[in-house]
Amino acid sequence: MASPVTTLEQQRSSPAVPVKGSQRRRRPKLTGWAYAAPTALFVLIFFVVPVVLVARMSVSDWGLFTGDRGWNAPENYQDVMDDRLLWPAVWFTVKYTVVTTVILLGLALALALLVQESSRWTGILRSSFLVPSALGLASASLLFYALYSPQSSPLGFLGIDSFLGTPNAALWSTVALIVWRFAGFYMLLLLVGLQSIPGDVYEAARLDGATRMQTFRHITLPLLKSSLALCAILCVTGSLLAFDQFYILTKGGPDNSTITIVQLVYNMAFYGQNNLGRAAALSILILAVLLVVNVLQFRGLRGKED
Amino acid sequence: MRTPQHIVGGGLAVLFLSPLVWAAVASVSPQAGTAQTSGWGLGNYETLANYQAGIAQYLLNSTVVSVLTVLFTLGVSLLGGYAFAMFRFPGRNLLFLVTLAILMVPYATLLIPLYVLLNDLGLQNSLVGLALVLTMFQLPFAVFMMRISFEAVPKELGESALVDGCGSFRALLHIMLPAVRPGLITVGLFAFLAAWNDFITPLVLISDSDRAPLPLAVANMRQQVMGIVDYGATEAGVVTLALPCILLFLALQRHYVRGFLSGALKG
Repeated sequence: MASPVTTLEQQRSSPAVPVKGSQRRRRPKLTGWAYAAPTALFVLIFFVVPVVLVARMSVSDWGLFTGDRGWNAPENYQDVMDDRLLWPAVWFTVKYTVVTTVILLGLALALALLVQESSRWTGILRSSFLVPSALGLASASLLFYALYSPQSSPLGFLGIDSFLGTPNAALWSTVALIVWRFAGFYMLLLLVGLQSIPGDVYEAARLDGATRMQTFRHITLPLLKSSLALCAILCVTGSLLAFDQFYILTKGGPDNSTITIVQLVYNMAFYGQNNLGRAAALSILILAVLLVVNVLQFRGLRGKED
Repeated sequence: MRTPQHIVGGGLAVLFLSPLVWAAVASVSPQAGTAQTSGWGLGNYETLANYQAGIAQYLLNSTVVSVLTVLFTLGVSLLGGYAFAMFRFPGRNLLFLVTLAILMVPYATLLIPLYVLLNDLGLQNSLVGLALVLTMFQLPFAVFMMRISFEAVPKELGESALVDGCGSFRALLHIMLPAVRPGLITVGLFAFLAAWNDFITPLVLISDSDRAPLPLAVANMRQQVMGIVDYGATEAGVVTLALPCILLFLALQRHYVRGFLSGALKG
């Protein structure tokens, strides 16, 4: 008889409400666990175990083909630090992240302001900006790979000799691809923030004679801060972990100038070095840095709100 | 909206749509160095159809992986969301937090040990193994989404199940399921798009080229014959990859947007 729903409702509304006849409760703890068991199994086998395993691999001599050959700490970490591609990759990844985040969020904010009002026309615009985000990152990269190729490119009128031939051109060409693919997505997130700003705030500003620029700077931007921060966190995290776009567009070239950190992990493990232990050590370092970056971002966000 | 904004907006919309339109047109237009050298036609799609194991095989691989991922994700997150929203059990909060923590760990960090682990489980080079891993990556969003979907169901609905004397599973199946259907559609759509489009996971986990999903096959195709890239076939591959996603997006746009909104609220 006793549905778990009532059990829950009683607990949720007030723990003081007496449970109606405990013999009627069909052991909700076990039932709850039964429904949660598939999630728990998935999380355990495919997440918790791998996290423990990668930590162990990072302190083991573990080749791609040889398997585990025992403890060797801290050799893997030392090798990672001595890798001649590490610091160029770190520097490039950070540069790419800053450039992408600034441009992407700026454009996304402009797009969100542009389609802020609801009408048939803005609906069409929103859909147009969003369509690229339905594509996979790999598909979008392949599309731009053809778009940038000397043979098939329709972009000759731009007068650009080579889109991927020099380190700088490769960086900016990739940024253009990422902006195209993700601008609509961030526009949508900012749109939610914009629409949660109450209309009477704008009304009050208008009555006080604020110009449009003043309204934007002193009302829209401050009230949009948490949405902007969310976008920044997503964009920074995503860019620091960039892989598909560079693997497909540049393969790290020209002259290893566009190798990102995650590409370095991939190369260490499966391409050339075939050293899973070293790759595991680098990915543990990435995880640690990412946790620190995210904690700092959350803290910065909270500090500003206080 | 004022007229200048109309023009800027329209111009931007054209700019965003033009790469897609270009790819579709270029894939059927004549171009030197491709299978379609003169006149318009489907020559590039023929190249694609005959590439190694044939596009039918790669499409099948992608479809199997995507369908399995969607089914696993829907099943696990439906039960999981029900458990988190409706029951109290020891370890409930911990399990939910650990599930969300999947988001904090980079793909690459997990793929290195998963490569070893799937070998140990006998799932190396297996589409099922790939789908299981992709499902795990979907769980934070899916379980979160289903949990808030169940929590949004009005409690009178649950009480009516009680009056009818339903067990918890029958209540889930007959009464809750219709109520959380929009959440399920959103979860399924995101799982499909993620599985259909994922690149780095099959790149690491699938080494047998006959079992490669479509994105991997199209990317590999570029290194065909002596490093000369057939851009026409690449364009045809992009169109084949993009078409299902764009159609699904247009058909289910409302659900797609809602998925993002729940993510925004969470933050």
